[in-house]
Amino acid sequence: MSTFTSTEREKFRLSMLLNDRRYRSYTFQFFALLVLICIISYLGKNLVENLAKAGLNISYGFLEDPAGYDINQRLIEYNSQSSHLRAAMVGILNTLLVAVLGCITATVLGVTAGILRLSNNWIVAKLMAIYVEIFRNVPILIWILIISSIFMGVLPQPRAFKGENPDATMLWDMFAFTGRGIYAPGPIFFEGSLVVVGTFVLSILSIIALRRHARRKLYSEGRVIKTGWWSIALFFIPTILIYYALGSPIGLEYPELKGFNFKGGIYARGSLISLWFALSIYTGAFIAEVVRAGIQSVDKGQTEAAAALGLRNNFIMNLVILPQALRVIIPPMISFYLNITKNSSLALAVGYMDITGTLGGITLNQTGRAIEAVLLLMLFYLVISLSISAVMNIYNRSIMLKER
Amino acid sequence: MAENNASFVRHELIKEQVPPVSERGLVKWVRENLFSSPFNAIMTVLSLWVIYSIIAGSAPWFINGVWNASSVRECYDILDGVRGACFAVLKERFPQLIYGFKYPPTEYWRPNITTLLLLVALAPVLFRKLPRQLLAFSIIYPFLAYWLIWGGTILVPVVAFLGFAAGVYCFRRFSTNAFALGMIVGVIVASIFWLFGGYLSDANETFLSLQAVPSRDMGGLMLNLLLGTIACSVSIPLGIFLALGRQSSMPIIKWICVVFIEFIRGVPLITLLFVANVILAFFFPPDTSIDLILRVIIMMTFFNSAYIAEVVRGGLAALPSGQYEAANSLGLDYAQSMRLIILPQALKISIPGIVNVSVGMLKDTTLVSIISMFDLVGMIRGPILSTSEWNGVYWELFGCAAAIFFVVCFSISKYSQWLERQLETSNR
Repeated sequence: MSTFTSTEREKFRLSMLLNDRRYRSYTFQFFALLVLICIISYLGKNLVENLAKAGLNISYGFLEDPAGYDINQRLIEYNSQSSHLRAAMVGILNTLLVAVLGCITATVLGVTAGILRLSNNWIVAKLMAIYVEIFRNVPILIWILIISSIFMGVLPQPRAFKGENPDATMLWDMFAFTGRGIYAPGPIFFEGSLVVVGTFVLSILSIIALRRHARRKLYSEGRVIKTGWWSIALFFIPTILIYYALGSPIGLEYPELKGFNFKGGIYARGSLISLWFALSIYTGAFIAEVVRAGIQSVDKGQTEAAAALGLRNNFIMNLVILPQALRVIIPPMISFYLNITKNSSLALAVGYMDITGTLGGITLNQTGRAIEAVLLLMLFYLVISLSISAVMNIYNRSIMLKER
Repeated sequence: MAENNASFVRHELIKEQVPPVSERGLVKWVRENLFSSPFNAIMTVLSLWVIYSIIAGSAPWFINGVWNASSVRECYDILDGVRGACFAVLKERFPQLIYGFKYPPTEYWRPNITTLLLLVALAPVLFRKLPRQLLAFSIIYPFLAYWLIWGGTILVPVVAFLGFAAGVYCFRRFSTNAFALGMIVGVIVASIFWLFGGYLSDANETFLSLQAVPSRDMGGLMLNLLLGTIACSVSIPLGIFLALGRQSSMPIIKWICVVFIEFIRGVPLITLLFVANVILAFFFPPDTSIDLILRVIIMMTFFNSAYIAEVVRGGLAALPSGQYEAANSLGLDYAQSMRLIILPQALKISIPGIVNVSVGMLKDTTLVSIISMFDLVGMIRGPILSTSEWNGVYWELFGCAAAIFFVVCFSISKYSQWLERQLETSNR
């Protein structure tokens, strides 16, 4: 006997679109789509009417026109006759430069402060707590402005370095810290420098290979191969040998005072330095909190278990605590790196020419192409954000896999 | 003889001896907490040096501070070569820092009262031990605040409130049968109220009217608080809807929400402010002029709601799926199960996150100074530092701005930590 009453598929009625759960979602989505299309077409209609009224059109031709403005801080060749596109490229590179520098120093600062905040030294822990609270609770824009005014106010102007008995002197005759920026020696590459760089890269690769080999031996045969001294030797000796064998193909160019300004070497503008500083010290405070929370999230039993196994303190940290803490730390860390990239757009406040300053600032104002410029600007940040989060998600997943 | 017996039995306990000096009181604490190892000792000395140099550097600056002067020149004359701050700028430009430079000085009491009332209205929301009746005031508050800040006839907020109340009443009445029906009837009734009320308030513009202040005259810290509170309070419901949409099983709804959230989160706030400043006007019907402050509020609300949506999504994901299944098996429909089962729990988990996002929003309101609005930072960078009297008084002004934001944001984040502890204990 069958207890099933085979339900014949009910005949579809129009009212089921509203009353039947199976179909209601289609109705709902249809209306949502309809509303969306209506909104978009309404906005589009307004846009077209407004553009026609203002006698404007949407065109990206302006990117080819000469920009006509100068950019002081640049990584690639650029002059005022270059196109707006070139200016945007300079801006993009400047954004990436300050973002990468900021991420590195913010991580260093944040991890140090986070670990020190857990220190058993009362005064150090409190000092770090104060640092974190002060920097987390004040807007980044105010920090950028404060740090840039410190930078300009405290450091001497280049002309202070002039004369027989100058007010300011260069550090080891190599670094000049001025209110306009920092001048440092820059490398000059002669013939054969490529070989030296190549050797250096090769020796680093071989160090990695050596360590990997040592670890494999440890896991498979239980033999410990000491790699410490070998790595140090590999790091220095081949490169130095090749360097002198080829007759010192890489030289240093020292900054020199010419007229009222320094020439030569590497020049980092004050705006870059203060933006970099502000971004890393601000984000460092957030990272410190995350690092602290991550370390605290590891159960105390783990430390005790590791100690019971006879591991020494630094092994406990490296082999037991950190791998588990990293799983908690890395996801928020990704969003902090993204935040640094996005906050670097505040460069506008100190006059650092990043993409917001070039494309979204001067180019926009000169050409009046607001829609095109802002769209490009958003596209750039979107691409950066999505790609950073994609890369970091892959890394995150590789860490998560080790869980079980 | 018994007296000659050499054996000695003590009949009472020896008094406890005090521990050695190195094991008690301050000395013990110092040894354990500051000098437990050579490395620790070095760190302690280093930190003491840092603290000393900060205090030694800044104390004379504070102590010698000049509070009465009319310009930075006068400050330097009074200081006479001694290092010291010129706090006189804060005193002289105080109204500008707080209210901006266009808000009519006779009306300063209005923002003051609004801020005080804000605290009263927030109290029942923030502290659940307070009597629930106070919530009634929190509901009236937005309308009252609008009237106090922008001025004009009181009929506008009254009509808005009545329409809102009528809409909610109809929704309550009809949504027992069907959620959609209640929603539609509520919206229609409210619109009718607003339509007729609009005529009424247009006709009686002087009825109980305060001096009208246009949005572009707002400035200073007031503007920061205004933008922050409006953007936060509007974006919380919006963010909840976005989060629900993102969790939805309907693909079109889901993708609309995902694209919106990821787009907003992928771009910096400053580009959205550019949109508000130069682009958004193109999308409104021709011949309408929408105020810059309103455009900025729209973009900030979008920005904040995307972040809140992510926080709420975390809360929704943290709920065990048994809760969803239990709601379904009780026969609740989607709206009921969300309203009665899921959201109360999910929001409870996400409150600390929402508070953090809101603190971030309040801090980010300073960014409007970049599109040349005169908020606290904008006032400092623009009308104050560019005058010849106060040219170059960076430290005092930015320090003051930093201190104000620190006090506000720090207390909010302390509240959030307190709330987190409260919620944690109630869960166990």
